[in-house]
Amino acid sequence: MRRAKSRPYANPYLAGVALGVVLLAAFVVMGRGLGASGAFASSAAGVVSAAAPARAQANPYFARYLGGEGPWLDWLLIEIAGVAIGGFVSALIAGRLRVAVERGPRLSAGARLTSASVAGAVMGLGAVLARGCTSGQALTGGALLSVGSWLFMIAAFAGAYLTAPIVRRAWQ
Amino acid sequence: MTAPFFELGYVGPRGGLAAALIIGIAFGWCLESAGMGSARKLAGQFYLTDLTVFKVMFSAIVTAMLGLFWLGRIGILDLSRVYVPETYLVPQLAGGLIFGVGFALGGLCPGTSCVAAATGRLDGVALVLGMWSGVLATGLLFPLLANFYETTPRGSLTLPQVTGLPYGVVTLAIVLVAVAGFRGAEWLESRPRPPAAPVPNDVRKPGRALEGVAL
Repeated sequence: MRRAKSRPYANPYLAGVALGVVLLAAFVVMGRGLGASGAFASSAAGVVSAAAPARAQANPYFARYLGGEGPWLDWLLIEIAGVAIGGFVSALIAGRLRVAVERGPRLSAGARLTSASVAGAVMGLGAVLARGCTSGQALTGGALLSVGSWLFMIAAFAGAYLTAPIVRRAWQ
Repeated sequence: MTAPFFELGYVGPRGGLAAALIIGIAFGWCLESAGMGSARKLAGQFYLTDLTVFKVMFSAIVTAMLGLFWLGRIGILDLSRVYVPETYLVPQLAGGLIFGVGFALGGLCPGTSCVAAATGRLDGVALVLGMWSGVLATGLLFPLLANFYETTPRGSLTLPQVTGLPYGVVTLAIVLVAVAGFRGAEWLESRPRPPAAPVPNDVRKPGRALEGVAL
């Protein structure tokens, strides 16, 4: 066991511009932007389809992922596999790989894992209703000036700022 | 017009998936480099102590927005072939508010949770599993939500269409708002603030929690 010497994070503006160039590359190459929650939806559709094919086909939310190349070769699922690889390699090079439970100073590891699971499930519901998340709506639709995407972005930050004082114990 | 390559047939289905992997790797690299795989750092956005989320997101939006505008203007990119997410006003407003509740509680969003999980953060793994379960459950209950999901459709509606302002004017306005926001963010971060919260136990005492198992 040793503490890795980790490099500081990149300048946020520089990282943001690089991220913008990646997003622009997606528009130029594919005619579509980035996403994340869609990968969760297509893999969920894949599992439901494997467990109960008729049920998946009858469900309009899952059925849309079952055409074409199928749910496991969905563009966003492959992209998210890339996100995990890219994040891992970046952290490896910078010495930031660390098995840990990141949490506020007053929260036990167990409580943090529970609250993170609940938070994920809540975001899952929100992302399904909104047809996307911070990647597919806020970043992608934001750059495309989509009205619904800007509405989502403003609502998401409003929801987060209204919630933050209530969950202050989790972080401060 | 020479782009989008995939839409114009210069890139086939296999090429598209290869592009997905490469673009994803670059996406994840950018997020991790900026510190967006750290829930504590992201949570700082909501207590106005660390505005990295805002700075990264808006630098990215402005960069891609300006790139779209100019590539369209000089005739390289056919903007009519770029998919604009469709607007459904009420579901996106409600979905956004619900999403925000989870965002503040979890300190990660779907994309950044994948980075957190891939770099060893077990809270990121928990959030990914919770998110996946939430999407699965909502999907299974979708027949109950289907009517609400389809309410207030507006198609591929954009801010220039709604405001009646030219594309370039809206683009410029967002650049100006972003620059003002960056100045505000720097000001907020430079404020004198009460002593920082103590370093969490898992950083200070490696034996107590899982921190310290450096790879």
